[in-house]
Amino acid sequence: MTAIELYLTLGVAVFLLSLHGLMTLHDPIRRLIAVNLMGAGTFLVMVSLAKRTEVPDPVLHALVVTGLVVAISATAFALRLIIAANKDDATTSEDSAQR
Amino acid sequence: MRPPPGTVQAKETSPVSLELLPDLILTLLLLIMAWGALYAPQRADAMTLFIAFGIVVALIWARLDAPDLALAEAAIGAGLTGVLLMHAARELPGELHQTNRTATYWGALAFAVVASLMFLAHLLYDDSLMSAGLLDAETDMTPRLRTLADAAVPESGVEHPVTAVLLNFRAWDTLLELLVLLFALSGLRQLFRDGQSSENRATSQWPESLALMSAWARVLAPLLVVTGGYLLWRGSSEPGGAFQAGSLLAAAAVILRLTGLLPPLRWSSVLLRLSVVAGALFFLVVAAATAIWGDGWLVYPVAYNGLLIITIEAIATLSIAITLSLLVIGEREDLRT
Repeated sequence: MTAIELYLTLGVAVFLLSLHGLMTLHDPIRRLIAVNLMGAGTFLVMVSLAKRTEVPDPVLHALVVTGLVVAISATAFALRLIIAANKDDATTSEDSAQR
Repeated sequence: MRPPPGTVQAKETSPVSLELLPDLILTLLLLIMAWGALYAPQRADAMTLFIAFGIVVALIWARLDAPDLALAEAAIGAGLTGVLLMHAARELPGELHQTNRTATYWGALAFAVVASLMFLAHLLYDDSLMSAGLLDAETDMTPRLRTLADAAVPESGVEHPVTAVLLNFRAWDTLLELLVLLFALSGLRQLFRDGQSSENRATSQWPESLALMSAWARVLAPLLVVTGGYLLWRGSSEPGGAFQAGSLLAAAAVILRLTGLLPPLRWSSVLLRLSVVAGALFFLVVAAATAIWGDGWLVYPVAYNGLLIITIEAIATLSIAITLSLLVIGEREDLRT
């Protein structure tokens, strides 16, 4: 077994573990963490594949740098959506309590 | 790193060589962190372990010869995302559902272990992946792309291949990425309603009793700015570049903002809005100019490509820094006033 195979498997394992988490967890923050971990697993596979040659593949590295920034943008937006949805829930339950 | 000739025989017979030891430790650590980030009993612990996960991933990038990614992961994946989660989680109530934890544990464990063992067995003992070219550099497409990229690096205007790919060969990706940042920020702004009272104003800063943190912030912020500038400048010849530099600057702004040393970044300020769009705007102007007067969309004139790339990177760094810090700690008073 080489380091590349080890990290390929690790990437798959992290992806699957977090996919399971995404499907079974209820807390929105934990689900968001699960999505981020799935991304990390994908990046692991990509960077392990980049390591196959003597000099690592700069194209895949550049794609992962892009992916990291896109991931944090999506996370920030998702968090705001979670907070907004949560506030909506709170106000509707207050309204129904008042009625 | 080749072992001395005498040890080659031993290496081939033993399935796991000693060279793999750090990798095995990192693998184990990463699995523990991932597990904890998903299933730790308290949400705060889960978020802390997620940050630790990011740091272990950064170490793995270093093991895999990807220093650019190690820098970006440590700053963005571990640092900023962690702050983002913790900062936002304070506005949410505690967890409601605490059910069926044990069932979930075993399900997840069985699922992940069985599937990844199957993958590993397939990788090690089945020839079909090899013949499909997954691990064979000769038959696969990406190394060919890599060879193309490497061959073109001397003409790209920068010496570091990753920077050359990001800012020259695949400049499209980077342009679209800047647009993604802009879209995320404008989406964020939509979600702050005008009518809302700023009820969480009191919670928008950490307790003032954290004198230690505010003292640290005064030391850390200038250091981060200097390191960010260094990474931007060195990025043309060595690992580093606009994204790493931008996220370090964003981290400095976030630290100062959270300790109350920086006033709210007011959206009404023209300067702020201009610096948010400057990166994408300048990139688009360059793209349009090269399309109209040059050889095509984002094909830089060879004589100026080094200068152009550095200018684009510098402006993009500013935009990335401000957009990321707004994404991470943007509050009503930052985005709606």
